[in-house]
Amino acid sequence: MTTYGYDDDSVVVIIGSGAGGGTLANELCQKGIPVVLLEAGQRQSTATFINDEWPSFEQLAWADKRTTSGTWRVAKDFPNLPAWICKTVGGTTTHWAGASLRIQDYEFRALQTYGAVKGANLLDWPLTLAELEPYYTRAEDKMGVTRTNDIPGLPGNNNFKVMYNGAKKLGYTECSTGHMAINSRPRAGRASCQQLGFCFQGCKMGAKWSTLYTEIPAAEATGKLELRTQAQVIRIEHDDKGHASAVVYADAKGDLQRQKAKVVAVAGNSIETPRLLLNSSSTLFPHGLGNGAGVVGKNYMRHMTGSVFAEFAEPVHFYRGTIMAGIVGDEIRYKPERGFVGGYEMETISLGPSFMAAFFNPGAWGQEFTRVMDNYTHLAGMWLVGEDMPQETNRVSLNDAVKDQFGMPVANVHYDDHPNDLAMREHAFTQGQALYSAVGALKTHRVPPYPSTHNLGTCRMSSKPEDGVCNSHGQSHEVPNLFISDGSQFTTSAAENPTLTIVTLAIRQADFIADELKAQRI
Amino acid sequence: MSDLILDRRRFLKGSGGLLLGTLLFGSGPVALLAPSRSWAMEMNALDSDTGTRLLSVIRRIYPHDNMEDAVYAFSVKALDERAAKDPSVAALLKQGVADLDKRAGGKWSTLDHPHQLAILQDIQTSDFFTLVRGVTVTSLYSNELAYAHFGYEGASFPKGGYLMRGFNDLTWLPSPPADASPNPFS
Repeated sequence: MTTYGYDDDSVVVIIGSGAGGGTLANELCQKGIPVVLLEAGQRQSTATFINDEWPSFEQLAWADKRTTSGTWRVAKDFPNLPAWICKTVGGTTTHWAGASLRIQDYEFRALQTYGAVKGANLLDWPLTLAELEPYYTRAEDKMGVTRTNDIPGLPGNNNFKVMYNGAKKLGYTECSTGHMAINSRPRAGRASCQQLGFCFQGCKMGAKWSTLYTEIPAAEATGKLELRTQAQVIRIEHDDKGHASAVVYADAKGDLQRQKAKVVAVAGNSIETPRLLLNSSSTLFPHGLGNGAGVVGKNYMRHMTGSVFAEFAEPVHFYRGTIMAGIVGDEIRYKPERGFVGGYEMETISLGPSFMAAFFNPGAWGQEFTRVMDNYTHLAGMWLVGEDMPQETNRVSLNDAVKDQFGMPVANVHYDDHPNDLAMREHAFTQGQALYSAVGALKTHRVPPYPSTHNLGTCRMSSKPEDGVCNSHGQSHEVPNLFISDGSQFTTSAAENPTLTIVTLAIRQADFIADELKAQRI
Repeated sequence: MSDLILDRRRFLKGSGGLLLGTLLFGSGPVALLAPSRSWAMEMNALDSDTGTRLLSVIRRIYPHDNMEDAVYAFSVKALDERAAKDPSVAALLKQGVADLDKRAGGKWSTLDHPHQLAILQDIQTSDFFTLVRGVTVTSLYSNELAYAHFGYEGASFPKGGYLMRGFNDLTWLPSPPADASPNPFS
């Protein structure tokens, strides 16, 4: 096993091993670049994943304390759990459902397309779809996305059958089992999907792409990667020139270590990444590392979400098989006549009784709630996910009143829905309910957003340094050898599930870092 | 399941109370999993009376008419675990059930259901209610007996998933065409 010395300043230090960090690590190692990958969580495997919701949540979720504020309902129901993301090797790629959609051309130009939206801080990405297409292609191949690279689609389960028939009745034309990073056939040394129904709990077949058992072992095989687990990063240090020089972290024993670095890439998800930069303030960077423009932590986005569950007279057993078994794509369009800008998807979702009880209507009790639970086997469900508006006041900031076990301020996540988000959610709820009613639902239910899985935008890329944190390569506008390598980079959220784009950006970023290192520009 | 089996040695050793019960539905899904009709659950911090009263309260908060008390006992057990870790929780629970009786002007448990419910509605923002509801919602629906009750099949990996066990067995709607939902074995 490869190891690097703490004083080895030739290494790229990557913080976080999920979709962004895990992919970047492998891409760099494949080019012969030495990498130290720091992961706060422990290493699990397909063998240790648990087919049981709460025990699995305890195994994988990031449960360290965070605080919340704002008018979003999550702040009331789950005040210390704003996000449903993971602290484990592979990050949230252990938990994600696998939906892999490309961001559409117009979504990269949100400001140009929608015009200024009152109260929103819209900006165009410093990137176009055309520039990203070759990297999307590489990402889809790497992840084994169905309906790309001659990979067949997955078979739809019962939950999908209900969605499909309802979609047809409503006149929707784009409904299928979609583009999923789940093997429909054995591929790349991984098994095919056996329809376990536990995509959220870590795929015990290894059929769903996760950096845990793809990118990371591939990087280890190069001899260029050292993965350090249970390494909780405290701060990033810089030298006199203002270049990132070292990363200080607490190891598994809680002892502080300082790893020197040639390049530092941060991929801690869109809450921990800005928290770390803000916690890395210094005389040279009084407002946080790379935060000269004051944008770090701002413009936090979490997607417009919500769910519709429907009760039927006949059984569905929606928990059997892939969680996101299918998608309706007709509403992922720019159609301002609906009363909002941006679009949304409908994707099937199912929850076991444990999570159903916790998330169906948090705080609810009595017969109205238990009657739905009694109908558990007769439920169908969909998740609604769409573009939300960046707002300067929606932000991740430091809560100086609450410290973690290492004495560092925890993140506070503030979120208020924008009127556009509310209008879109109303439309999506109405359409979802109509879809199920069209196939005979006895009753339909609007289910509020869960703690956020899509956390985006808190270190956004921008062409002008004053508008954002990094450039189109994720490179800090201020600190040339500091990179943002996760969904924090997103300039706007677009409607699509973000993982494919995070992986795509990481592949592109690896090429850029390698070129810059070779040219000795960083 | 082992927690529910009456074990005389543990019964004699236990410092807390004991919840006892008999399964009502002899051929129900829970009975199929249980080794016997009688069940018992040992508590560490709560006395038998408090445990029994809490079980009735939980039944009223999350009423499932056909659900065995043995399933509700999992939530009493979860509350007992909290109480064992924190004495203030034990006091809060004991005081909470006493308060219900006070509001009932007698035994809350002997009131009819609408009156029981009305009192619970009055206290639904109290610390007692919030604790009981919060612990219950994450325990009552997260155990093998509850899974059996609701017809949920639990862990699927040991059984090879659902690919060959009904993931697409719904017949009351037409099957989508192959371009939308390919045959898994073609």
